[in-house]
Amino acid sequence: MAAVALGRDFEFRVRLPEICPTGVAEVDAAAGGLPQGCLTEIYGPASSGRTSLMLAALAHATCRDEVCALVDASDAFDPASAAAAGVRLERLLWVRCGGNAEHALKAADLLVQGGGFGMVVMDLADTPMITARRISLTSWFRLRRAVEHTPTVLLVLEQQPLAKTCASLLLEMRREKAAWSGMPGCAHLLRGIRVRAERHKPVPAVAASFASRW
Amino acid sequence: MFAAIHGAPGDAEKLLRLAQEFSPRVEQTAADTVALDAEGLERIHGLPQQIAAAIARRAADCGLKAGVAIAANLDAAVYAARGFAGVNVIPYGDETKYLGSLPLTLLDTTPEMLETLDRWGIRRFRDLAALPELGLAERLGPEGLRLHKLASGAGGRPLAPVEEPLHFAEDVELEYPVELLDPLLFVLSRMLSSLRASLAARGLAAIELRLRLKLERGGEHARTLRFPVPMLDTKAFLKLLQLDLSAHPPPAPVVRVWLAAEHAKPRAAQTGLFIPIAPEPEKLELTLARLRALVGEGNVGSPELLDTHRPGAFQMLPRPLASSPGRPLARSLPLRAIRPTRTARVQMASGQPVHVQAEGVRGHVVASAGPWRTSGDWWTSDPWARDEWDVALSDGALYRIYSEQGRWFVEGSYD
Repeated sequence: MAAVALGRDFEFRVRLPEICPTGVAEVDAAAGGLPQGCLTEIYGPASSGRTSLMLAALAHATCRDEVCALVDASDAFDPASAAAAGVRLERLLWVRCGGNAEHALKAADLLVQGGGFGMVVMDLADTPMITARRISLTSWFRLRRAVEHTPTVLLVLEQQPLAKTCASLLLEMRREKAAWSGMPGCAHLLRGIRVRAERHKPVPAVAASFASRW
Repeated sequence: MFAAIHGAPGDAEKLLRLAQEFSPRVEQTAADTVALDAEGLERIHGLPQQIAAAIARRAADCGLKAGVAIAANLDAAVYAARGFAGVNVIPYGDETKYLGSLPLTLLDTTPEMLETLDRWGIRRFRDLAALPELGLAERLGPEGLRLHKLASGAGGRPLAPVEEPLHFAEDVELEYPVELLDPLLFVLSRMLSSLRASLAARGLAAIELRLRLKLERGGEHARTLRFPVPMLDTKAFLKLLQLDLSAHPPPAPVVRVWLAAEHAKPRAAQTGLFIPIAPEPEKLELTLARLRALVGEGNVGSPELLDTHRPGAFQMLPRPLASSPGRPLARSLPLRAIRPTRTARVQMASGQPVHVQAEGVRGHVVASAGPWRTSGDWWTSDPWARDEWDVALSDGALYRIYSEQGRWFVEGSYD
């Protein structure tokens, strides 16, 4: 009798993480946004909209006056594109790692441990897969533990999923088609890319399409 | 017990220094007069007469022609020094009698008040002191009462000491030259603790640390750490110094360490429920220092676009800045830069690129747009002019390529 009462008193409750918008309404509606205190992976091939989604999320976070950090493993961040996407550059800390994935991992760890950032992005999208796969599961676990119970969104951009079970949200990006206007050879313009985001984790899988355009 | 020294108006600085030789509590009452707290000087010099004589002797040694007076209250000493030449000691209780012969013009008051008193025939201290307080208050108000007290030698105001400029510095001569960083940090830790205690005792914090290391083979190694906010954390100071010295080590063994702190009022910050999250400035400084040590000095900071049309022009600011919240803009097609830009081999047909080959980029051109011709800075020594193309390659990716002076480059990919 006492055991039953004790069990009832200590009812186990799962505390769901707070969600931040990605800045892309279609993705927010389908996938629900980016969870705080969790590791989120956005992966896909080149020109699949990974950077568009990341910049949209950064723009939303910096416009809420949060300080965000971008750990740029391969020095691929373009400040002009970010400013055009609405990222407030004065609220962004940019760490250029010059192609060193190990430095990127350490820098991300330092930033998460330092605390106080609304979003920490680790961009491994241009890191060769052979290098990216060398990052041990322990390192990912350490990052996940560091960000747990903090209001920080930890976002990782990559070509293929790397963090395995450490990721709470897994978004796969696929390019659908590039949008051109005009006739080839005469006023032909690249207007944008239509991409598709698919949530693979948590299940059930959902998908949303959106366009990145000039 | 107070002493006052009266000299020439041009000797204000010398008078102040002379007074500070005798007491740390010194007040500059006028350009030609200083007063000092003489309490405790009797243990060094003896009787009040001997204290006054010692001050006068030292003034003469300094080449000052000064009158010295000692009294139980500050104002009596000041007026005696101003009114009488030489050395004067006013016994306790005899102030009214002693100051009686002084003219009222010595009093610090308005000319109108002096004129009123003169019309009444009141010209000396003793005349004013003899007047009844009540009648004086009725006719001249609070100022009349104040003057009456001063003329009676009964002023009781406290000394307002001159604030000395604060210096927080530590200097240590090492017993033997130190080559390694760890023993040096051990010394620095002790010095930082001492500096922190001095700053905390005065309710201050450090906004800048200046370190000077005297080297064994001559010369100095100087480093300055400037903080975004006043800090008072010994551990943070030590870690920042460690990271800075690791990045910029002294070129020779160190024989002497000099460490100084620029003080500032501590930061007063109030948090709120609706304030967006931001890193604590102290923690952020430490994180930035660690990141700089990891990836290099110029690779950490907040990007700022430069006011130019040159592609990829930006500069790095040391840290994120505060700004007002804004609204995100519409989605745009961002570029992932390739730094440095990769040299490419581009085949052209009918003025259009048909094949692109560069390190990590290779494929037939499926669709292209261009050329977009841009140029700038032709009026400087570093002009630029290029033809840009947006190309979709057979691997599905979109790239921006450009030709400059007959050579082709891949600038980045659209993502």
